Amino acid sequence: MPEPVVSVRNLKVEFAGRRGTLVAIDDVSFDIHRGEVLGVVGESGAGKSVTGSAIIGLIEPPGRIAGGQILLHGQRIDNLAPEEMRRLRGRKIAMIFQDPLTSLNPLFTVGEQLVETILTHLDLSPAEARAISLLGEVGIPAPDKRIDGYPHEFSGGMRQRVVIALALSAEPDFIVADEPTTALDVSVQAQIIALLKKLCRERGTAVMLVTHDMGVIAETADRVAVMYAGRVAEIGPVRDVVKHPLHPYARGLMGAIPTLESEADRLVQIPGSMPRLTNIPRGCAFNPRCDRLIDRCRQDRPDPIEPDPATAAREHLMAGHRVACHLYEPRKTGAKQ
Amino acid sequence: MPTPTPEEVKGLVASGGATLASRIRDSDIYLSFRASPLTMLAAAIVVIMVAGALLAAWIAPTNPFDPATVFLADASIPPRWQQGGDPRFVIGTDDQGRDLYSAILYGLRVSLLVGGMGVLLAAVIGITLGLVAGYFGGRVDAIIMRIADVQLTFPAILIALLIDGVVQALMKGVPREQSAIPVLVISIGLSFWVQYARTIRGSTMVEKNKDYVAAARLVGLPAPVIMLRHVLPNVIGPVLVILTINLGLAIITEATLSFLGVGLPPTQPSLGTLIAIGNKYLFSGDWWIVTFPGLTLAILVLAVNLLGDWLRDALNPKLR
Amino acid sequence: MLAFILRRIAQSLLVMVTVALIAFVMFRFVGDPVNQMVGVDTPQAEVARLRESLGLNDSTIVQFGRFLWNALHFEFGTSYQFRLPVTQLLGERAPATLELALVASLFALIVGVVMGVYCALRPNGILARLFQAISLVGVSLPTFLIGILLIYVFAVTLGWLPSNGRGQVVKLGRWWTTGFFTASGLRALILPAITLGLFQMTLIMRLVRAEMMEVMRTDYVKFARARGIRTRSIHFRHALKNTLIPVITIAGLQLGSIIAFAIITETVFNWPGMGLLFLKAVQNVDIPIMAAYLMLIGLLFVTINLIVDLAYGLVDPRLRVAMRS
Repeated sequence: MPEPVVSVRNLKVEFAGRRGTLVAIDDVSFDIHRGEVLGVVGESGAGKSVTGSAIIGLIEPPGRIAGGQILLHGQRIDNLAPEEMRRLRGRKIAMIFQDPLTSLNPLFTVGEQLVETILTHLDLSPAEARAISLLGEVGIPAPDKRIDGYPHEFSGGMRQRVVIALALSAEPDFIVADEPTTALDVSVQAQIIALLKKLCRERGTAVMLVTHDMGVIAETADRVAVMYAGRVAEIGPVRDVVKHPLHPYARGLMGAIPTLESEADRLVQIPGSMPRLTNIPRGCAFNPRCDRLIDRCRQDRPDPIEPDPATAAREHLMAGHRVACHLYEPRKTGAKQ
Repeated sequence: MPTPTPEEVKGLVASGGATLASRIRDSDIYLSFRASPLTMLAAAIVVIMVAGALLAAWIAPTNPFDPATVFLADASIPPRWQQGGDPRFVIGTDDQGRDLYSAILYGLRVSLLVGGMGVLLAAVIGITLGLVAGYFGGRVDAIIMRIADVQLTFPAILIALLIDGVVQALMKGVPREQSAIPVLVISIGLSFWVQYARTIRGSTMVEKNKDYVAAARLVGLPAPVIMLRHVLPNVIGPVLVILTINLGLAIITEATLSFLGVGLPPTQPSLGTLIAIGNKYLFSGDWWIVTFPGLTLAILVLAVNLLGDWLRDALNPKLR
Repeated sequence: MLAFILRRIAQSLLVMVTVALIAFVMFRFVGDPVNQMVGVDTPQAEVARLRESLGLNDSTIVQFGRFLWNALHFEFGTSYQFRLPVTQLLGERAPATLELALVASLFALIVGVVMGVYCALRPNGILARLFQAISLVGVSLPTFLIGILLIYVFAVTLGWLPSNGRGQVVKLGRWWTTGFFTASGLRALILPAITLGLFQMTLIMRLVRAEMMEVMRTDYVKFARARGIRTRSIHFRHALKNTLIPVITIAGLQLGSIIAFAIITETVFNWPGMGLLFLKAVQNVDIPIMAAYLMLIGLLFVTINLIVDLAYGLVDPRLRVAMRS
């Protein structure tokens, strides 16, 4: 297996607050390879965006990386000096934010913003020409004219295209896309996702796609990580996780996707809500809401591991499908259904 | 005294209920008060100054307005600890031989009286116009708010000066000693009403569409009764904050007018008048005449402003 | 765009007419102008003739029309105190006030912006806390007290700077006198300008600090950082430009209040400007000067408001569109 582009190892991020420290993510690990799209799903506050911000080095006080490592091409980047990290941002790793309406500086033309980004990272003399070709690539009509336009002169979808052009302007190896379509009209969401996927496949860019839209994940991602209360509950190839979710939370989540085939009249609902991050229960964070609770769940925290061979065989699981749940731990009897 | 001491504030916020004391103790506003040492210090300063002003007649060593106790021979005596100081006058005397400490206590009384009354008058005018504008809307509203807009283009001090000039012209023949305080109160009242009016008008427009106002109208209550009995209690909240913040401004305005010579006369000095007197003797080295009244004024206004800032944040954390 | 400008001008004119109405009411009904002009022994016939010649027997509307017409020609009558045309009195003193206000505004703007930016970028630094404390004191101390304090320290105790007057002035053209070209004129400007500008400076500092901290939290600043844009460029290109737009408005509007606040500063420093003249007018109930000064300040405010609104549109591309439509 080739070396992953980005490797997150046991990452922990804390926020120091007035009422004590809040653990936003804890013991999060995953790899993303060249050209791969890792979808990250979960409820608000599950730690999806924090993970993305941590990788790109934009966790701001009172938040801090309290443990673990982030590696880019095998090199640690979580302990770099701010200026070194700054040079990596945009050049090697980039990020796209949720709201294209507020992601662009309203007082500068899109051309000015593109040219500045290009010149910051690449020593290119015709930066303008590159900016125009980038705008063309992301599907802005008449890019040589629109380059002098201000952000407010573009529609929401067009602005997100500009944002994608900005993120790709220095050919980064890895992009964090933090809910890139949530703020857009449903009609343009699919176009933007398709565009992002196409551009990244062409360039071999690795993508971490943060979203709470399982439909987007199913269509776009190669692998998916399900996060719950700051931890990875389940991770694996996307079809595997969608078709054969193991973690009770993931099962609930997949059950909540409406499909044309499903005969069910009503959608499955997971009772209760995610715990406050200041008040995560002992053991498995999901235990208060879990319908298949066993004693261990209140005591020990499960690690994400490959499930026991019997389960794997029965469910026809693929390799690399890991789940953090005591029910699937090998050599544990009584955990069977 | 119109100065809202923290006790009054708490009382207003947590009024009603049998266990008032416990409700006060548990209220957010009390907790935020206890959490801020600077606010507690400011409150203590305001309380001490208000008490000093109220009790001036009893705690001041001399009555600076009684010609029988003031001697020109005592003029411009430096503070006690300085060469040439006199044990009778702790912080020295002014150019007419008045004990400066006593004069400051009496001056404080005048400053607080004028500032407080001025702010109250402004609140009454502003609340009335705001209620009327918000409740009736239409042309009445347009006229009142246009006047407010025009007035807002001019700084309060300029308005106060103009009003002072006009009222003086209208009150010709009345001695300055008698006219000064009412003229100042009117000037300040007419200079500061706009903020109240705008705030009250905004919330009145929201309230007047609610069911209880419609119900009151259906019963046939006359408009003034609905406005005063039903709408006013629901929109009065923010006024307290504006009142406190404006009190500092009003005290400054009074002091400035007196300093400029259109406020209180030297025979009936406020802090501003005392500073104006002291300013004349700055070059001859009599530093104390200006320093102590100036310090008193600065500390008073700073303390009131700190209280106002705290009150604003405590009552409406969103405003921060 | 044109429609927007025309609408703004119409609004400004309306405000000016209102101010003129107030000035007229003051001029006409507060203290009889004729009584001010005649002596005790002037015969009744003479008074009546004067009244007729001044047009005081015409209808109020006609009189207001005449007042407006005269005001348009900068004709505000004769000062009761000085027996000189008001326009001439104000004109002679205008340069002193305007130069003082200009220097005070520049001081307030430059120092206020620098301090505000610093406080926004290093909110927990010792210097930032010091600036914050200074701003609180600056807002609480009355202008005249600051002036007295500065005089006591720099003029009386240290003897470094003059405490009153404009120093030596040079005549420029027929009307203008300036203190900008002599050493004593410049030295005389320092203390009054600081006194006058200090309040606005703290205001601008607080505003810049709050605005800039707000801007630093916006998505576009976050996105700029995510693109690896240099910190200096983020602070001083991206964030500062967005910060300064609301500051332009406030600072522009403050120029008007600086001129009005000059009344106090001019009194403390015995500065021979319009403010001092106005104060003497208030003390002596010299209505023509008061009315004229009111109109002048009103005109200044309205003009500045108009310019600020139009300038706003030039800086902010979003508003340029709004104005066109």
